Amino acid sequence: MHEFSIALNVVQSAEEEAIKVDGVITEVVLEIGKLSGVVKEALEFALDEAKKRTRLSGAIIKYIEIPGSAKCNNCGNTYDTDDHFSICPECNHPYCSFIRGKEMRIKSIKVETENSIKV
Amino acid sequence: MCGTCGCAESDEVKIMRPHNKETIEYSNDNLTYDYIHTHDEKHAHDYHHHHSHSKEIILEQDILKKNNLLAERNRGYFDAKNIISINLVSSPGSGKTTLLEKTISGLKDELPVFVIEGDQQTMNDAERIKNTGAPVVQINTGSGCHLDSSMVNLAVKKLEPKENSILFIENVGNLVCPSMFDLGENFRIVVISVTEGDDKPAKYPNMFESSDLCIINKTDLLPYVDFNVKKAKKYAMQTNQNIEFIELSAKTEDGLKDWINWLKSKFKVEK
Repeated sequence: MHEFSIALNVVQSAEEEAIKVDGVITEVVLEIGKLSGVVKEALEFALDEAKKRTRLSGAIIKYIEIPGSAKCNNCGNTYDTDDHFSICPECNHPYCSFIRGKEMRIKSIKVETENSIKV
Repeated sequence: MCGTCGCAESDEVKIMRPHNKETIEYSNDNLTYDYIHTHDEKHAHDYHHHHSHSKEIILEQDILKKNNLLAERNRGYFDAKNIISINLVSSPGSGKTTLLEKTISGLKDELPVFVIEGDQQTMNDAERIKNTGAPVVQINTGSGCHLDSSMVNLAVKKLEPKENSILFIENVGNLVCPSMFDLGENFRIVVISVTEGDDKPAKYPNMFESSDLCIINKTDLLPYVDFNVKKAKKYAMQTNQNIEFIELSAKTEDGLKDWINWLKSKFKVEK
């Protein structure tokens, strides 16, 4: 449900950049971690709606899914996992800290301006 | 269009004191309104010139940056006024409001308590808190499913909590969305009740991961339900090794003292 809040935040941030150069957004690249709690399909749907009639209306939205990785709280081993409940493959300790996979970022945007003078 | 789930209802957020007609009109949706009414429609294919410049801007920007920046401002305000702020989260029906009523009774002779209530509709919870004597403000989110830092910011301005006090923010009943939104709280406390199943922490890991303390409520009902306290704790600790636990019954007040003491200990330390 909150994917819509997230979509509106993306649109707002990208629009701010477009307004600075009086341009339109042609591409938005998002980094969404697999452990972030964001459902990619829900965000896609939300963004398709949220970008309508804005400076992003013609933009292609690209998603980079960032896989999760964890560090074992016992032996310090780092390992890949997309599961909140993971066991260290080295020592079988059930508690870890996540070092990657919780991202929710706008990586980059492409802005197109109307004429060469305005850039 | 609603700012959180996309439905067509009005999502005007309201912030009110109970028994007071005065409200702050607050639109969480400045974004959508601006898009419809004020921005020109600009499309790449409308260009008359054949020259157009495309520039890539690397942002590397947290999507919830705005919320988080305002949350930090809230946090700074609480620090400056020595207010311990607590974000209470749970499913609907876990007993948060009853727990708050009992907490206020237990604390109010020693520490001033202020409350911000969050629900989609009604002033019911704020009315209950008002009857305990604690100053309270109700946020109605409309169709919104979580509180965010801007709502709390406005509510705090209306509530005017005193220095050296405790502020409880009772979030909208929802174990999913509130986990993503920093309100500026000092402590996030997740409340589950024994009637909800001991695998609750496994099903909603994000919330337990982001919480400091887990209160297991309605312990008076343990003889009547299949709730394994040890299992529930184990699941919670798998997402957050440092989470603390307090078991209590808000109704019978069994274990309530431990909770009151936990609160008081946080206050002393912060001072």
